[in-house]
Amino acid sequence: MSQTTAPYRLVVGLEVHVQLLTKSKLFCGCTTQFGLPPNTATCPICIGMPGVLPVMNRTAFELGMKAALALNCNIARHTKWDRKNYYYPDLPKNYQISQYDQPMSYEGYLEITTEAGTKKVGIIRAHLEEDAGKMMHDESGRGKESMVDLNRAGTPLLEIVSHPHISSGDEVKAYLEEIRLLLREIGVSDCEMQEGSLRVDANVNVNFEHEGNTVATPIVEVKNVNSIRAVERAVQYEAQRQFDQFHVDHIVMNPTNKVTAKWIDDQGRTEVLRRKEEAADYRYFPEPDLVTVEVDDAWLERSKNSLGELPSQKRERYLKEYQLPAYDAKQLVLQGHAFCDYFEQTAKAVGDAKLASNWCQNQVMQLMNDRGLEIKDFSVTSDRLASLLVLIKKYNINMARSKDAFVQLLETNDTAEAIIKKLGLDVTFDPAMLRDLVKKSIAGNAKAVADVKAGKGKAIDALMGPVMKETKGKAPMDLVRQILQEELQSA
Amino acid sequence: MAVNANDIRWVAHLARLEFAESELDHFTEQFNDILKYVDQLKSVKTDGVEPLTHALPIHNVFRDDTVTTSLSRDDALANAPDRRGEFYGVPAVLE
Amino acid sequence: MELHQRTVSELLNEMERGALSAVELARSFLNTVKAHDGRVKAFLNVNEESILAQAQAVDAKRQRGEKLGRLAGIPVALKDNLCLKGEVTTCASKILERFKPPYTAHVVERLQQEDAILFGKCNLDEFAMGSSTENSAYQITSNPWNSEYTSGGSSGGSAAAVAASMAPLALGSDTGGSIRQPAGFCGIVGMKPTYGRVSRYGLVAFASSLDQIGPLSHDIRDTALLLEVIAGHDPRDTTSVNRPVPKYTASLDDPITGLTIGVPNEFFQKGLDPEVEQTVRTALKVYESCGAKLKPVSLPNTEYAVSVYYIVATAEASSNLARYDGVHYGHRAKQFDSMIHMYSRSRGQGFGNEVQRRIMLGTYALSSGYYDAYYKKALQVRRLIKNDFDAAFSQCDVVMGPVTPTAAFKIGEKSSDPLSMYLSDIYTISCNLAGIVGMSMNCGMTKSGLPIGLQILGKEFDEEKVLRTGRMFEKETGWHLKRPTL
Repeated sequence: MSQTTAPYRLVVGLEVHVQLLTKSKLFCGCTTQFGLPPNTATCPICIGMPGVLPVMNRTAFELGMKAALALNCNIARHTKWDRKNYYYPDLPKNYQISQYDQPMSYEGYLEITTEAGTKKVGIIRAHLEEDAGKMMHDESGRGKESMVDLNRAGTPLLEIVSHPHISSGDEVKAYLEEIRLLLREIGVSDCEMQEGSLRVDANVNVNFEHEGNTVATPIVEVKNVNSIRAVERAVQYEAQRQFDQFHVDHIVMNPTNKVTAKWIDDQGRTEVLRRKEEAADYRYFPEPDLVTVEVDDAWLERSKNSLGELPSQKRERYLKEYQLPAYDAKQLVLQGHAFCDYFEQTAKAVGDAKLASNWCQNQVMQLMNDRGLEIKDFSVTSDRLASLLVLIKKYNINMARSKDAFVQLLETNDTAEAIIKKLGLDVTFDPAMLRDLVKKSIAGNAKAVADVKAGKGKAIDALMGPVMKETKGKAPMDLVRQILQEELQSA
Repeated sequence: MAVNANDIRWVAHLARLEFAESELDHFTEQFNDILKYVDQLKSVKTDGVEPLTHALPIHNVFRDDTVTTSLSRDDALANAPDRRGEFYGVPAVLE
Repeated sequence: MELHQRTVSELLNEMERGALSAVELARSFLNTVKAHDGRVKAFLNVNEESILAQAQAVDAKRQRGEKLGRLAGIPVALKDNLCLKGEVTTCASKILERFKPPYTAHVVERLQQEDAILFGKCNLDEFAMGSSTENSAYQITSNPWNSEYTSGGSSGGSAAAVAASMAPLALGSDTGGSIRQPAGFCGIVGMKPTYGRVSRYGLVAFASSLDQIGPLSHDIRDTALLLEVIAGHDPRDTTSVNRPVPKYTASLDDPITGLTIGVPNEFFQKGLDPEVEQTVRTALKVYESCGAKLKPVSLPNTEYAVSVYYIVATAEASSNLARYDGVHYGHRAKQFDSMIHMYSRSRGQGFGNEVQRRIMLGTYALSSGYYDAYYKKALQVRRLIKNDFDAAFSQCDVVMGPVTPTAAFKIGEKSSDPLSMYLSDIYTISCNLAGIVGMSMNCGMTKSGLPIGLQILGKEFDEEKVLRTGRMFEKETGWHLKRPTL
């Protein structure tokens, strides 16, 4: 891995903004629907007209609370809103309603797993705030003007700030994938980076030994990263750049030399935007138009109970309850709870979790992807798949023929029994009979036998061919191969 | 705490207010008069006093997550000083 | 008394028994405006056509025998920081010269529901920042009792309109005394209700934690009636409190037996004009003669109220007024070099001096390195001020004192000295900081013929008691019947 051989240690903290899955905005009733025509989902409140007032969306607060609990955060029993003051045309009031010194949640963690192992990434805080609108920059005529669309202004956001505990590109990826899975699973956000419902800023620097001292480079906040892959690349690029830069200017980190940079994806590089100390003085103060939120035990309990099983808990359970390998548990859980329910029903009905897992991860997913289906409208229900798998086991049907049956299961309303019957796969092969066929094949193909013995593994196919032909391709290939090997050894 | 003309320029920048340089001295002077007056607060003992942001003892006021009718685009943009088609137009903002 | 000089209760009676139509009444007030407003300059905008149409609609409704609202046919003037859908709402600022809100303030909707006639938009200090209505970008409102004097402010237009009998009722807003002080200067009744009693939805914000809308009228009964209409919960204002609105007019004439009046020493100290002091003390004697008990109380942090106010209010204002930037609505400068320059020039051109001064002060108080010394400190002292009132109200029913240290001052007298202008609000400000009820009413005249206001403060949601207390004085004296000669 490049990180372990790099001459520096990477230090990354991530600020993740996710749009919450509410129907209406954080402080007004305008829709949060994505992709509407410009300036058609706004009202006096989200345009910031004079005299109108924000009113808190209860669901937004509750989704924030769910996310915070899922991230193992403490929920503040008393929380308030603050105004963050800065001027920008996509921020109609020229202040953002956010949370400053009393965020709704603080000090949690997210557990991530990479090839390097499992670790906990600390979460400093998760707080609610309103989104800004969007700017369109006219890039044709030498940039004479910009245009503002306020549809997005006021959409509820949860900002999740991690500790700088992330130390490789792999961990960046694992952290973001886990957050995305987690928030989708608990219904807090759809986390679509393409649509901007998950946005990431990365605070990056590196440290290393230099002339007997440990030095740290100035922190760079990288923005404009629009995919998980881009964050991974940007972080790796930036680390190397900082390491190289240090050897030119020898500048080390201090509290005032943090800069903001923009990731330019098609060029694979960052570009420094501004030095932080020149940036705004946000003049935070308590939002006088809103009252505080007090969370009591009962509310907290309700919120906890609404969480359901989290991905990490599900993975754990799959290891224990189904004895699945960690890889299987990870892959299944990644597909979301509807898919997991499908897997579990199948596994229980077949009584063979590993077989169900293999089928779900391979044949089921492949067919769903090929046909653009989702599990909820996949016509091979878990019952039907289970009855097919039972028959596959019973008749020891080989993979090629099993897939044929599976496709028929999808394309017809026939039962698994009927399909197996129709395909003539409801045959039990007597091992003694197969052994006879194998012996016949060996006897009739001395060259192939010699090749196999000379180490040409491929030649075994030539010996299997006649057996499969005799059984019209239905014989279980694993079994045939096993008998062949036994016979060749004893021959 | 007294401020000088440079401080005033910085605050004016934060507040996005254009001042004529000729007004600056007079303004700074008035500003300092007011600051001198409010500096009387320094003499008040406030150790351990919880700041009062709101005289109201109410909390947890929410609305339900229901969508209400938005303004039409024309109504939304009716007051815009520089409407550009479907958008509010502003001078170029360079990232 | 002339028709337009009468109180609302009298006019409602006349209309109910068919002796007067809403159109006749509206015409009478329109004529008064035509006759006197050229001099008083209380109104920024009077739309005669719309007023007559509203009045005709009320008359038609009455003829059809439909149920009419509690203010049927009664003209109510609005301070021009209250939004009315589709009508220009300027806040007396150049920056909102052409702004037409696509929504109506909650209080204005309440007036419409009660069949009141929305009677013009009144002048104010720009964005309600001022104590004399001299800070209007459009005109200076003069005092109906003497046109060389200010009407007070910031609701000077509303107060002058009622005092000059150009409208029987008006709505104002009070952030640090902006209803009570002009009411006092103009010799009428004005009330700042408890913070949260009236929805602020559609009131253009000055300082959100202090602003409150309230009534102005000739007498206590009319104020009680208008308060009954505008008070109450509104889900669009999170800070409006959900509790029942008493029928203030019903209990008005019941005198309070065993009334204890707190008299704070701090309201009678140096700086208080002797003529004002004497008149207010005479008023207190009237109460004593009615059986009330006067009790000295202490509000020791009163001397800090102006400082606290000018930090808290300007800090909130600096943020509330950030939205006027020439992007989504309002004035935009014609020429500029960049986005930032567009902002600063549009705002520099659009805001008057006092507004700019307050935005600067508030920005400074919130800026990095000064927050704790100014803003946080001010909020701590604000709590001490509230604690003072809590302690006082544990010993008395209401607190009384002057509204202002002097009667109305002359136009131009304080406009070049912001600090002395700020100090004229010293008795009214602490009421907003504590969020309690405050009312002012006329209790006498200076030798030179200017009204002197009596301030009655009550604890949170004690509007009913404050009104009844005020009514006791009216019954004994009759100052509320005085009208200026124009």
